[in-house]
Amino acid sequence: MLIDDQIHIDTPEGARLTLSPAGPLPRALAYGIDFLIRGVILLVVALPMTLFGEGGSGVYLVLLFLLEWFYPVFFEAFNQGRTPGKKRLGLAVVHSNGAPLGFNGSLVRNLLRAADLFPMFYLTGFVVMLISPRQQRLGDLAADTLVIHSPPPPALSGATDSEAEPPDWPLSRQDQQVLLAFSDRAGALSEARQQELAALAYPDLPPAAALQRLRRVARHVLGAA
Amino acid sequence: MKQSQFEQRYRPQWQRLEAALQGLEGSRRRRRQAPLAAFAADYQSLCHQLALARERGYSLALQEYLNALMLRAHRQLYRQRAPLLPAMATFLGSGFPRAVRHLWRWHLISTLAFLLSALLVWGMILHDPELVHTVVDGDGLANLEEMYHPDLRDGAERDRATDLRMFGYYIYNNVGIAFRTFASGLLLGVGALLAMLFNGSFFGAAAGHLSLVGAAQPFFTFVIAHGAPELIAIMLAGGAGLRLGWAVLSPGSWSRVEALRRAAAETLPVMYGVLVLLILAAFIEAFWSPRELAPAVKYSVGALCWLALALYLSLAGRNRHGPE
Repeated sequence: MLIDDQIHIDTPEGARLTLSPAGPLPRALAYGIDFLIRGVILLVVALPMTLFGEGGSGVYLVLLFLLEWFYPVFFEAFNQGRTPGKKRLGLAVVHSNGAPLGFNGSLVRNLLRAADLFPMFYLTGFVVMLISPRQQRLGDLAADTLVIHSPPPPALSGATDSEAEPPDWPLSRQDQQVLLAFSDRAGALSEARQQELAALAYPDLPPAAALQRLRRVARHVLGAA
Repeated sequence: MKQSQFEQRYRPQWQRLEAALQGLEGSRRRRRQAPLAAFAADYQSLCHQLALARERGYSLALQEYLNALMLRAHRQLYRQRAPLLPAMATFLGSGFPRAVRHLWRWHLISTLAFLLSALLVWGMILHDPELVHTVVDGDGLANLEEMYHPDLRDGAERDRATDLRMFGYYIYNNVGIAFRTFASGLLLGVGALLAMLFNGSFFGAAAGHLSLVGAAQPFFTFVIAHGAPELIAIMLAGGAGLRLGWAVLSPGSWSRVEALRRAAAETLPVMYGVLVLLILAAFIEAFWSPRELAPAVKYSVGALCWLALALYLSLAGRNRHGPE
């Protein structure tokens, strides 16, 4: 789970969107990937241009310029706010009200990258990101954008069809949440850890039996019955 | 309603929405084929269902699924796709000169910083030619003399390939300088101001030194035409940068972040214009400036460039949609 610094936004439809801003580390990794991709493009496409004499090196310099300043703008504006590196890391750039990023917003945040770079290695951007409550660097602040975690959409798990039993205590909403979270995450936990958790619910039963019972109750709450 | 019943009932709707989203997020061709008939209705009921799922305490996995789906749909619904060409025509016809005039104080400051430092250094060098070494180092001087001095230049006309290489170089170098000048203004305006002072001193040093060694005419006939868009663009970038820095230094009644956002919105059109001006300048500098023509022709074309740009920036876009 991500650290809960989520931002909640109420849309005009009256629904509540939840965004989780990404910190410096995944963003630096995404930047690294993009840096490599740019390097490869430069080697494969741009550098051979210089073989075509002086005119070719003119084309090379224009490509170098475009890669340096417009590579992120191009991808962010036309590919759902994601450069290839951001896509790999499951990140996306959006406006801070959750709206998609256009060309203008992307250009502002990428032009001001030069200020975030100051004096070297994105030191200014890093410090500003640590101070900012929503992990924005200077360019993000000026363009009113956020880099958020936007992982590939989760799939819905199919309904289970084994037996269930109602809980033997009056169920509060919080209990309901705990039970649902337990059944959501059981797959990622070891059998022993599941038994340990089940023993908290049924301290009188032996761990294995407690786990069986807890599973049945969770299924009841999930509504499989 | 139990969670599994809820999922069973609405799953077909969610899947329909997912199919539409996959089309919308794809290439242009897939976008056109996306099944959109029920998109708005599905999105609205999805908002409702997400609220219900949270209220009834359904599982976190379901809530996350619905939230992710809604985020994607929201992004597609509110995406702006304005047609590009008409927008560019309006921008060049009125948006850019208006944005420049709106920030005229800042451009004035950056122009003054440039001119004063240029004149100061120029005067200093006329007074004592040795002072040029405080601004330009030996290699730089050798380069300058090689480029402009009548005795040192090779007389041959440049060929097309060299023109093209220089074009690429001017784009890469000058636009990079302008963008960096703008961004460095964000550091409390200091960066932009220093950039203007430095560029001004260098220009003054080059002009002063070359006129002392008898290369004034080749220098000025070379720079006068492209100097119009190029120097103006650099000064505009400096002015826009100063505006950013001032927003942080003195935000007025806004919070600093809000002031910065407003300044960015005000200066962005200027920077688009700077990019256009510098591409224009690179064209002139690469393909017109190196041509060997009578000084009178070069000076008149250059003067025309300055006049046209000055008229454009001061008059274009006035009164079309009422007073500014």
